[in-house]
Amino acid sequence: MDASLDLLLNALISGLLLGGFYAAVSIGVAISFGLLDVVNIAHPAFILLGSYVAFLGNTVLGIDPILSALIALPAFYFLGVLAYQVYYVAFERRDDQSLRGLSFFFGLLFITEVGLVLVFGVDYRTVQARYIGATLNLGLFELPLRLLVPFLVSMLMVVALQIFLSRTFVGRAIQAVAQDQLALRLMAANPIKIKRIAFGLSIATASLAGAFLIIIQPVEPSIGREYIGRVFAICVLGGLGSFPGMVIAAMTLGIAESLTATFFGPSWAPAVAFGILLVTLAVRPSGILGR
Amino acid sequence: MASLADKTSLDGALPGLRGLPFVLLLIAVAAAIFAAGRWFGSSYAFFVGYVVLQYIVLGSAWNILGGYTGYVNFGVTAFFAIGAYSTVVLNKLMPALPLPVMILVGGVMAGLVGLGTGYLTLRLRGVFFSIATLALAVVVQTLITNWDFVGGARGAYVMRPKVAPLIGGEYVQYLFLIMLGLVVVVLATARAIERSALGYGFAAIRDDEAAAEASGVPTLRLKLIATGLSGGFMGMAGAPLPFYVTYLDPASGFSLNYAVNAIAMPLIGGTSSWLGPVIGAVLVGGLQEYLRVTISSAVNVLVAGVLMVAFVILAPQGIVGLFQRKKR
Repeated sequence: MDASLDLLLNALISGLLLGGFYAAVSIGVAISFGLLDVVNIAHPAFILLGSYVAFLGNTVLGIDPILSALIALPAFYFLGVLAYQVYYVAFERRDDQSLRGLSFFFGLLFITEVGLVLVFGVDYRTVQARYIGATLNLGLFELPLRLLVPFLVSMLMVVALQIFLSRTFVGRAIQAVAQDQLALRLMAANPIKIKRIAFGLSIATASLAGAFLIIIQPVEPSIGREYIGRVFAICVLGGLGSFPGMVIAAMTLGIAESLTATFFGPSWAPAVAFGILLVTLAVRPSGILGR
Repeated sequence: MASLADKTSLDGALPGLRGLPFVLLLIAVAAAIFAAGRWFGSSYAFFVGYVVLQYIVLGSAWNILGGYTGYVNFGVTAFFAIGAYSTVVLNKLMPALPLPVMILVGGVMAGLVGLGTGYLTLRLRGVFFSIATLALAVVVQTLITNWDFVGGARGAYVMRPKVAPLIGGEYVQYLFLIMLGLVVVVLATARAIERSALGYGFAAIRDDEAAAEASGVPTLRLKLIATGLSGGFMGMAGAPLPFYVTYLDPASGFSLNYAVNAIAMPLIGGTSSWLGPVIGAVLVGGLQEYLRVTISSAVNVLVAGVLMVAFVILAPQGIVGLFQRKKR
């Protein structure tokens, strides 16, 4: 009884920390899908790209994975700007987002995955940092720093983005672009430019999320796929476009997966996200904090 | 749309025979292909040919939902693997069962999963269905990885009979013939849909779902029919796979290649007609086999993805669309 209570507590804590990481993974999609209505299913591929950039920074230059992600942030931003430009010209302007636009991102996902296999092979890759492997012992439970550091940086990123969106002109314009493009034009802001900035930001978050991913677990090119279900389950459950809802949903999924892994075995964890996604879509498609 | 209507009025001139000449033609072509393969007598040709035929079935199945109604199914591997694994199960329980029966069972199982997923998500915007199918592929893989009866993560061995039933010769010839039969069935179905009220309903959903619903098209029912048919055919395409590969594990059964190829081939060939997936499958399948032999197997899987992205950006109507535009 005591042992299982201990197990439960540790599962809850690590689930919560995992949830913080999931928030970093999902915030990019919360921006692109939630605010811009661009269904970027290739987001996990960008995250994986971030993991390998952190891996290179760590092994070749010997710098901290999170620091190398921060250095790579502008590059990811411009990658996002470029991707949106192609998407806008080829699909949004032709009003062909659903069939070919989705297939475009699916193709990007696949090309990135195969490209990473060709460059790095299918071996699992890891990074080195002082906080990987260390734990913070708080008596009742243990906090693995491997999870705690990504959790803290992730929360910082979510809060920073939330402030940016609600306090700055560009941020408010990003929130407005989903609702009324014409009104935005009347405010002398070009909706396409605003969307380009927002999509750039969304891909920039993938750089950091990728670094977190490779800190938390060894990475190989095909694990990105597992995150598609997770990311969209979180965004749909949280209510599209709401950051607080997204964070709550991320924690919920993290805890649900952690409990499942503890009591049923880790091989069942990937199915949890799908269950949550399907139930949400069937019962309450607008999510917990949906508008 | 205009050319489609023209053809239909031609068919209308021959009531009762609608589609029958086409089916006979398909059977004749299939028979000629098989006879040529027999005459050629190389088992390599049968092995390669099987893969191309399998992609014609997969691509056409995807196109019934994706091309005709505009709903994108990314979970091709889920349906394909359900077909493959139902064969593994049946082969363990009743090894004497003939392969066509296993294919039928696999198709029904996959079709039911398609109906279920569709029922839960097709009421919402199309993108939610697409996301759900993406996640479906992961969850079916998780279930099968955890199911020891079919080998779990280790995979399952399936004994392939040495001699083909009915036709004699190597078993791969029998597999090839079965897949050829499936191609005939799926192409005949796809073409029949295009020229029927069902097809017009699908097209109405694709062009403007709200307008279709408002003018009395039973959109949800039509979408469910498309999802069920499409999923069912994908299951059928996967059902013979265990006998083809003889060893099936979740990683290879759920390979993303199947999904990418099944989506890329119709998009490259053209989604508006039954011919598109055939052209796409023959071209891309052939090119992939050529690259696999000459360069490497890693590069050959990249081709479908790169071509798909290039086509959706530069030639959204596919190869069939390029020719249609020239005619006008």
